[in-house]
Amino acid sequence: MKVSYTLKETFRNLWRNRLMSLASITSVVATLIILGIIFILVLNINSISQGAKDQFTNIDVYIQEGIPTEEINILKSDIIALQGVEEVNYKTKDEALEEYKEQWGEDGYLLDGFVENPLPNSFVITLTEIEFSEYVVSKIGEMQGIEEVRYDEDFINKIITVSDYIKVIGLILIVILIAISTFIISNTIKLALNSRRTEISIMKYVGATSWFIRWPFILEGTILGLVGAILSAGIIFYTYRYTYNVLTSDFYSLLAAYLVGVDKIFNDSLVLFITIGSGIGALGSITSIRKHLDV
Amino acid sequence: MIKFERVSKRYKNGVVGLRESNINIENGEFVFLIGSSGAGKSTFVKLILKEIEPNQGKIYLDGEDITNLHRRKIPYLRRKMGVVFQDFRLLPKMTVYQNVAYALEIIGGIPKRKIRSQVNMVLGIVGLHRKSNMRPHQLSGGEKQRVSIARAIINNPKLLIADEPTGNLDPETSWEIMKILRQINRRGTTVIMITHDKEVVDIMKKRVIELKKGKVIRDEMNGGYGYEG
Repeated sequence: MKVSYTLKETFRNLWRNRLMSLASITSVVATLIILGIIFILVLNINSISQGAKDQFTNIDVYIQEGIPTEEINILKSDIIALQGVEEVNYKTKDEALEEYKEQWGEDGYLLDGFVENPLPNSFVITLTEIEFSEYVVSKIGEMQGIEEVRYDEDFINKIITVSDYIKVIGLILIVILIAISTFIISNTIKLALNSRRTEISIMKYVGATSWFIRWPFILEGTILGLVGAILSAGIIFYTYRYTYNVLTSDFYSLLAAYLVGVDKIFNDSLVLFITIGSGIGALGSITSIRKHLDV
Repeated sequence: MIKFERVSKRYKNGVVGLRESNINIENGEFVFLIGSSGAGKSTFVKLILKEIEPNQGKIYLDGEDITNLHRRKIPYLRRKMGVVFQDFRLLPKMTVYQNVAYALEIIGGIPKRKIRSQVNMVLGIVGLHRKSNMRPHQLSGGEKQRVSIARAIINNPKLLIADEPTGNLDPETSWEIMKILRQINRRGTTVIMITHDKEVVDIMKKRVIELKKGKVIRDEMNGGYGYEG
């Protein structure tokens, strides 16, 4: 009896105030789409910067001329002992020269002109996390027998900063939008409460418990949030799939390698949207009930 | 049944509802509560229904101290009482039957069969069993009030509070309502009726409690309305 009563009342209210219901759903959809865009941006920037890190987590350490092999081995084990270092590869000057020749391709013969190889012996260090780069660089700088340490500090820092900015701005925007949606839903519930004043007062006098009176309204708000969540997840899915297909066409294929897959975006955003959507709905109705329903 | 011990109620806007009032109503009594508007009649009813809390004093219902009753227990307290209002408060989209059954349905856990027999019984008491499928707009004022009485007594309450039940009715219809209330009272239910209806009070010859400015100024068995009001 109680469950069927609650469901019946809920849908009756939703239909009775259909215009406000529509407004509530729209505001939830708008909020969640913005959230989705930020979510997609952050996920993709993380993915792209992860890809970039794979290229830029390498630190090149040039070793001074004439250091004996034993000392090079000691240096290598010192470096590998540092926190954040995943791998240290020793690269002789000859190997380095070969690499250049390969990179230069057809122009590689120009390098044949050198009587003596001008390149130094070096270590190529791979870091576990990009955040360790400054620490590792400063530690290596203190070591004996090192000529120069090279890494792409600026680029790495920029990626981290951009990603952080998007997260912060996104978070602020989302908090504001959630507040607006909650407010609109709480207004819808207020209308539902007002249109049923008499009924609520009767229920009170015949001894309905306050939760019995409240449930249909809480459910109403939650359903508004849920419908908004499912709609916006659909919109995000189709829009992202379209964008993804355009970007992964040949022209942009370089970038596409790092884009997050459509399925992952859809699955993650669906869970996120349903949680936040129904949360907004429930919160909106509860605030309204607290304010306007004295039971 | 109901005992007020030096109960005072002052509203937040400064209006005084009751001042140190002592009222004692026994089981099975029929009591008229009279007084001009603002005398404290509504405050009295609201205090019994636990819609408001007193600032001072103690309130007992059926021997139980309800002065500081927990909010969560209030619905269960209200199931022991029935309330009838001047404006009937029926749900327009429901039939007579549904309006009455509603009061049992929202309690939950009562089998449909039992609800049906209860509803039919109380509709019989108020004489509306033939109109159970009509909607409120098809009924006269007196009939609407009878539906609302049926709803109020369906829980078999020990106490029935009627807040100006004849306020919107002509004298003849008022008498129908009074007969039903008297019948309910004879079955053992305590009835408290707020009224401005001098004729009804004078003819019924029941206990009269008169309030003025929040104080009991008269409490008389077999009383009359007392003044031209």
